[in-house]
Amino acid sequence: MTTLAPEQTTNHSADPAAGLRRHVSLHDTLSQTMTLAWRAAKKMRRNPEQFFDVTFQPILFTAMFAYIFGGAISGDVESYLPLMIPGILAQTTLTACMATGVQLREDMDKGVFDRFKSLPISRIAPLAGPMVADLLRYGIAATLTFGMGLLMGYRPGGGAAGVLGGWALAIFAGWSLAWVFTWVGTISKSAQAVQGISLMIMFPLTFLSNAYVPVDTLPGWLESFVKLNPVSHVVSAVRDLANNGAVTAEVGWALLGCLAVVAIFAPLSVRTFRNRM
Amino acid sequence: MTNSLNPDLAVRIEGLVKTFGEQRAVDGIDLEVRRGEIFGVLGPNGAGKTTMLRMLATLLPIDAGRAEIFGVDVRREPHVIRQLVGVTGQYASVDENLTAIENLWLFGRLQGLSSTKARSTADDLLGRFGLEEAADKAISNFSGGMRRRLDLAASLITRPPLIFLDEPTTGLDPRTRGQMWDTIRDLVSDGCTVLLTTQYLDEADQLAGRIAVIDRGRKVAQGTPDELKTAVGNSTLQLLLTDPADLAAATTVVRRELREEPVLTPEHGRLNVALDRADQAADVLIALRTAGVSISSVAVQKPSLDEVFLALTGHDTHETDTDLTPEVTR
Repeated sequence: MTTLAPEQTTNHSADPAAGLRRHVSLHDTLSQTMTLAWRAAKKMRRNPEQFFDVTFQPILFTAMFAYIFGGAISGDVESYLPLMIPGILAQTTLTACMATGVQLREDMDKGVFDRFKSLPISRIAPLAGPMVADLLRYGIAATLTFGMGLLMGYRPGGGAAGVLGGWALAIFAGWSLAWVFTWVGTISKSAQAVQGISLMIMFPLTFLSNAYVPVDTLPGWLESFVKLNPVSHVVSAVRDLANNGAVTAEVGWALLGCLAVVAIFAPLSVRTFRNRM
Repeated sequence: MTNSLNPDLAVRIEGLVKTFGEQRAVDGIDLEVRRGEIFGVLGPNGAGKTTMLRMLATLLPIDAGRAEIFGVDVRREPHVIRQLVGVTGQYASVDENLTAIENLWLFGRLQGLSSTKARSTADDLLGRFGLEEAADKAISNFSGGMRRRLDLAASLITRPPLIFLDEPTTGLDPRTRGQMWDTIRDLVSDGCTVLLTTQYLDEADQLAGRIAVIDRGRKVAQGTPDELKTAVGNSTLQLLLTDPADLAAATTVVRRELREEPVLTPEHGRLNVALDRADQAADVLIALRTAGVSISSVAVQKPSLDEVFLALTGHDTHETDTDLTPEVTR
């Protein structure tokens, strides 16, 4: 029973607190985040139902929306696809983000999260770790949406590079917007509450955007909201990239919007996480 | 390792307060834990023990008062505190989605060990806690005792000098409980300081060098187990009278024999009294026979937490609960 005899405590006159760090370094924060991402990925692999939303939804929604709205909005299904695929992409990614918040809340109610809090680790790592693992979910969602579109006759004018750009932007947007839902996860009392609040955020963000319909068909007051909505910028940017292979100002606005969301909601999340529970 | 030779303190708390709404869960507690000792915090459910530990472990903000661990201010230097304290409890536990070895590896990595070092530390700890064979099992298949041992192992990865154990044996069977006690004693012989909470007097008695009794967020007593037991007597004589009408006569006899005030339950004809020595029971029984008081049952019991409480606070451990129970009206 001497294998673990702690050197620092066998001598009682030594000061155990001497030489300990007062803050977490950036390098340690990154390493802790990746370790917790590993944990989240393990958890996903052992609970495959966590992939339902990012597999069935892109397939189902792409087919459903194309056949329902295609004729009405663009005359036929195939000409609607270039308008709609980026929209579906935004919606599935947002749904995937919502699950990030719900799962964080469920996780936080378990004992292991208190253990994380009791360890000398960065306060952002337990939040950011699962979000890194969720990049995988956004990746699956984006891949399936584009794949389903191609199957239905979508021929993106931007070519492989354009599609890849749109794909990467969608994933980045998902990761950024997930901070909103992570914050909701840290302020809510239960997973159900997170679900409810998140739906109220997700529906306006996706439907009050240019995801499914051309903006000029909307009344003026709504048009101005739609134009401010970061989701609209992401959708436009993905359209520019995938359909035209063009890196337009919209791409810049989309990236800027996403970064702004992170800059606001990441510190808010860490603050509530630190002070509550 | 004699504590009295070492004036250095592992934990020092002054006027610690935590309020939840109207309720003062921790209401001005002072405490000093010496280096190298096992200090027991004894109290019923809801007394504020866990809340106090959570504040010390930086899991809950401190509302008022001061707390220092190895001279480091808990409020000002939470990151240093987290390096000094290993927490095991009903709350800080392990990840049910991972296996035992994965859990220990994860906590090792998070605390800066390399992947190989984390792996070998995990192997060592599993061996030390008799969990080698369960290393790759899902936690959901663990028994209560295995689970507690893994919880404890997870707090020891970086060999923290101070360990918090929150009700380490609640819900365990007696054999597993004994094993857990041995493990805790080993920690201290390795040089750790242990602060443990418990609802069981016998657990505090078995493990702790000193005990603080907590009730409704306040410290009501502190001392060695022997000092506390002397306050309630070493054991209790419980008498059930054949005829409750004899209670007054029995009380007089007991008072005369023991110079001690018995606790009465008149409606059942029951009488309890503290004994310094168990053989005093014989004196009382003989005296009762002489006085012609007939007894339907007799028992000598060690003091329970309830009796310690009754002796220290004048109310029993369940009084708080019954206060909150709405009266059923028909």
